[in-house]
Amino acid sequence: MSAYSEYRVGEPIADTRSPGGPMNDRWSQRKFEAQLVNPANRRHHTVIVVGTGLAGASAAATLGEQGYRVESFCYQDSPRRAHSIAAQGGINAAKNYRNDGDSVQRLFHDTVKGGDFRARESNVHRLAEISLQIIDQCVAQGVPFAREYGGLLNTRSFGGTQVSRTFYAAGQTGQQLLLGAYQALERQIAAGQVTMHPRTEMLDLIVTPQDGRARGIVTRDLVTGKVERHLADAVVLCTGGYGNVFYLTTNAKGCNATAIWRAHRHGALLANPCYTQIHPTCIPVSGDHQSKLTLMSESLRNDGRVWVPKATGDERHPGQIPEDERDYYLERVYPAFGNLVPRDIASRAAKNVCDEGRGVGPGGRGVYLDFADAIERLGRKAIEARYGNLFEMYERITGEDPYTRPMRIYPAIHYTMGGLWVDYDLQSTIPGLFVAGEANFSDHGANRLGASALMQGLADGYFVVPVSVNNYLGETRIAPADPADPALAAAADAAEAGVRERVERLLAVDGDRTADSFHRELGQLMWELCGMERTEESLTEALRRIPALREEFWRRLKVPGGPEQLNQSLEKAGRVADFLELAELLVLDALHREESCGGHFRAESQTPEGEALRDDERFSYVAAWEFAGVGEPPVLHREELAFVEEKPTTRSYA
Amino acid sequence: MSDLMELTLRVWRQPGPDADGEMRTYTVADVSPDMSFLEVLDVLNEELAARGEEPVAFDHDCREGICGACSLVINGEPHGPQKRTTACQLHMRHFADGDVIDVEPWRAAAFPVVRDLVVDRGALDRIVGAGGYITAPTGSAPEAHATPVAKDAADEAFTAAACIGCGACVAACPNASAMLFTAAKIKHLNVLPQGRPEAGTRVLDMVAAMDAEDFGGCTNVGACATACPKGIPVDVITEMNRDWLKAAARSRKSGR
Ligand SMILES: Cc1cc2nc3c(=O)[nH]c(=O)nc-3n(C[C@H](O)[C@H](O)[C@H](O)COP(=O)(O)OP(=O)(O)OC[C@H]3O[C@@H](n4cnc5c(N)ncnc54)[C@H](O)[C@@H]3O)c2cc1C
Ligand code: SF4
Ligand code: FES
Repeated sequence: MSAYSEYRVGEPIADTRSPGGPMNDRWSQRKFEAQLVNPANRRHHTVIVVGTGLAGASAAATLGEQGYRVESFCYQDSPRRAHSIAAQGGINAAKNYRNDGDSVQRLFHDTVKGGDFRARESNVHRLAEISLQIIDQCVAQGVPFAREYGGLLNTRSFGGTQVSRTFYAAGQTGQQLLLGAYQALERQIAAGQVTMHPRTEMLDLIVTPQDGRARGIVTRDLVTGKVERHLADAVVLCTGGYGNVFYLTTNAKGCNATAIWRAHRHGALLANPCYTQIHPTCIPVSGDHQSKLTLMSESLRNDGRVWVPKATGDERHPGQIPEDERDYYLERVYPAFGNLVPRDIASRAAKNVCDEGRGVGPGGRGVYLDFADAIERLGRKAIEARYGNLFEMYERITGEDPYTRPMRIYPAIHYTMGGLWVDYDLQSTIPGLFVAGEANFSDHGANRLGASALMQGLADGYFVVPVSVNNYLGETRIAPADPADPALAAAADAAEAGVRERVERLLAVDGDRTADSFHRELGQLMWELCGMERTEESLTEALRRIPALREEFWRRLKVPGGPEQLNQSLEKAGRVADFLELAELLVLDALHREESCGGHFRAESQTPEGEALRDDERFSYVAAWEFAGVGEPPVLHREELAFVEEKPTTRSYA
Repeated sequence: MSDLMELTLRVWRQPGPDADGEMRTYTVADVSPDMSFLEVLDVLNEELAARGEEPVAFDHDCREGICGACSLVINGEPHGPQKRTTACQLHMRHFADGDVIDVEPWRAAAFPVVRDLVVDRGALDRIVGAGGYITAPTGSAPEAHATPVAKDAADEAFTAAACIGCGACVAACPNASAMLFTAAKIKHLNVLPQGRPEAGTRVLDMVAAMDAEDFGGCTNVGACATACPKGIPVDVITEMNRDWLKAAARSRKSGR
C-alpha cells in the first residue's frame, strides 16, 4: 500500500458533449442534435431521481410531465423539506428589467470571473441563457417574488456584480422556489406519473458489469429498515452538497455525501472536492453543544461595520471600548471596498484577527458587525425596515439585541463547488448516471457567486436534465430494465447484499463512541487543517489523522438499536462513514492544488498583499479523481480548461 | 458562566406505530441557556447512546425554522412557549433551572406516530397533490412580465406561502383540523392572477382531499393561528370558506 498522497496521473478527460462553434449557439445546437424519445415510448421507461431539492424536484416533475415513469426519493418525511428550502437571499437572472446593462453575456462573464477561471465556459454560458426562462417558469407557477408598486418584479444587487439581477421573495427565496417545484412534483405524484419515496435513503448504485451502465439504486426504508432495489433506465442524482464533512456548517443536519460517494466508488469521477465556500457572516459557535451554524445574510455588510478591539484579550463590553481602541480592519486594509470585500477575503481577515487573539465572544472566535453608525445616520426605523427579520433571528439565537449591541459573526462552511464530474449533458463518467444541482461540479469553478446556486439547481432540473435523459434513452435505445434479466438481477443482488452487509457491520462494531462524536472530531480537524487557510503542512497532517480516525471509527463506533426499525443513529453512522472517506480525497485535492483560487486558499500561494495567487500555468484544469480503494491513492484525470470568451485576469479589491 | 441548568424531561417513548407508548423521565444536567431545545435532545441522546439505550427519535433538519420538520409538543404547546418560533429555534434561556418539561409528538389521528416523537404527515402532501399547484408544465410559461401582479396581491400571496407545512396548526386544534394549512395554500395561489383559472376546482378538490383524511372539522377555535410559527392569519380560513361556497354553487349550476 503506497502513501495516499502519491496519487497516479491517469488519462486526461474531456467534455465531448458540448458542441463547438460560437458560444451563443451551443445550447440551441445541443438541443437540436439531441435524440428524442417518441411520447408513446416514454411511458415504458423508468427514470430514478434521487433528491427533491430545487434540482431534483424540478427534474422529477418535468420528466413526469413528459410522460416518463419517475421514481423520486428523499430522506426527509416530505419532498418539500429538502435543504434548498433554507436559501435566503435570491436567484440571479439576466433579465435586464432594470435596463442597467445586464445581459446573458454579462452574467456569463461575472460567473466565470467569480469562479476564478476554474469553470467550463460552455456550461456557464448555458446557465446564463437559461436563467431567463427560470424566472418565467417560476412566475407561472405562482412563486410570490417581491414586486414593485407597478406590479413588476423587483430585484436587488448581490456581491461580485455591478447590476441588479437578483430576484427574491423576502428572505425566503429558496423556500418559495422549492414550493413551486414541489407543487409541480405533487401534481405529477397525484397523476400517478411520479412515485414518491420519502424517508428512503439511497445507499448504493446498481451498475451492470457487462455495459457499465447505471441501472438502478439500492435504498433503505428509514421507517422499516427494509433494504430494496429499484431498477430504471437512467438515474439522476440531485442529492446536494457535501459541506457537512466539516460538521458545523450552515447546511441542514441531514445533508450528506452518501449518494455521490457511493457513485464515486462505482467509478464516477469526483471533481475539485477542495473547492468549498466559506460564508463570512454566520452566528458564531456558542459552546460545545453547538449542532449547526446559522447564516446571517450577506446584505448586512451594506450597513454594518466590522471591527475588533485593537488590544488582544480585551474583554470589555463593546460599548465600553472607545473609538480609538477599535480596529475597523476591513476598512483599514481594503479602503476601496471596505466592509464589502468578497466572501473569501472577509472570511480570512476575520480568522486572522481572531488568530491574533483579538476575537470577541465565547472562545474568542468572533468579530463585531456594528450597526451603531447606520442607526445614528438613518434612524432605527430604517434599519428595522431593512433587516428587521434578521435582527429578530439573531436575537432569538443569541439572546442579544443587535440594535444596542453589535452582532457577533464568524465565517462558516456554506457551499461546495466540487462534486461529481459531469459533461455538458450533466452525465457522469458512468453512462446513464446524471448529476444535477450542488451534487455536480459543473458551473461555479472555484467560487460560487451569491444567488447562483438556486439558478443552477433549477436550470439543471427544469431544462437540462430532461433534454439529456431524452437524448440518452433515444441514442442508446436501451431496453426497459427487466428485473428477470440475469445479469441485472445479479448486479442488483450484489449491491443489495453489500448494503445489508454494511448495515450489519456498522451495528456489529458495538464500541463506545457515537457516530456524532466522530463527526464532530472529523469536522474540527477539517476546519482547522483544511478550512479557510491551507498549507502543505496542515494538509499533510490531516492526511495522517483522517485514516487514523477512520480506523478508530470502525473499532469504537456504537450504534444502539437494530437494523429493521427507524434508527437515526444508524443513518448518521452510515453518513459519517462516507464522510470519513470523502474527507481524505478533499484534503488530497487541496494538497495537490498548489495554488490559491476562489474558495481554496493555499498560504504558500499569495501575493505580497496577502491575496490569493492563481497559477494558471500549472492548474488551469479540473481535477477529476478516480477511486482506487479506501485509503488507496486515487487516480487524477485532468480536464484542461480553455478560455475562449474570457481571458483570465487577477481579482483585486484593495 | 455558571448559569447552567439541570432539567427534567418527560419524553414520549413509543417503539413503533402499533406499540404502546409512555412518558419516560430523564434528567439532563449542564444545560446552557444558549442551547436550542433540539440541542438538549442531542445531549440526552448522546448520553442514552453511551449507556447503550436507544436515543429519542425526533424529526429535524434545517434547525433554522424553515424546513418544517421539527414537530414537538413542549409542555402541551406545539413548538413550545415562544410565539412564532419553531422548536428548533426555541432556546433554553426561556427555561429555568429545575424545570420539568414534557415533550410529546403531534397528536392527531391523521398524523400516526412512527416512533417516539416522529409522526407521519403525508396527509399534508396529499392535500397539496389534490390541487395545491398552478398547472404550468415546464416550458409553457409566458414571459414573466406579461402579467403584472399588484403588489398587495403579491405580498398577500407571500404571507400565506410562508407556511412551512409543519402541522402545528393541526396539533394545536382540539378537533385536529387542517383548515389553516389548507386555506393558506389556497390563499397563496388563488390571490394571484396566475392561479385564478383553477381557483374554483382548487378549493373544491383540496377541501375534498382534506376531508378524505382523518382530520377533524373546524369550529372556529383559532388555536391553529396562535400555534403557527409563521404567523399565518386565521382569516385565510374565512376566505377559503367563501371561495368554497362560490365554487360549489357554480359547480352545481354547471353540473360538474
Ligand atoms: C443557509 C443557506 C442559504 C443559502 N442561500 C442561497 C441563496 O440565497 N441563493 C442561492 O443561489 N443559493 C443559496 N444557498 C445554496 C443553495 O441553497 C443550495 O446550493 C441548493 O439549494 C442546493 O439544491 P440541490 O437541489 O442541489 O440540493 P438540496 O436542496 O440539498 O437537496 C438534496 C436532496 O437530496 C436528498 N438526498 C440527499 N442524500 C440522499 C440519499 N442518500 N438518499 C435519498 N435522498 C437523498 C435530500 O433528501 C434532498 O431532497 C444557500 C445555502 C444555505 C445553506
Ligand atoms: S399553517 Fe402554520 S402551523 Fe400550520 S403547517 Fe403551516 S406553518 Fe405550520
Ligand atoms: S428543523 Fe427545520 S423547522 Fe425546525
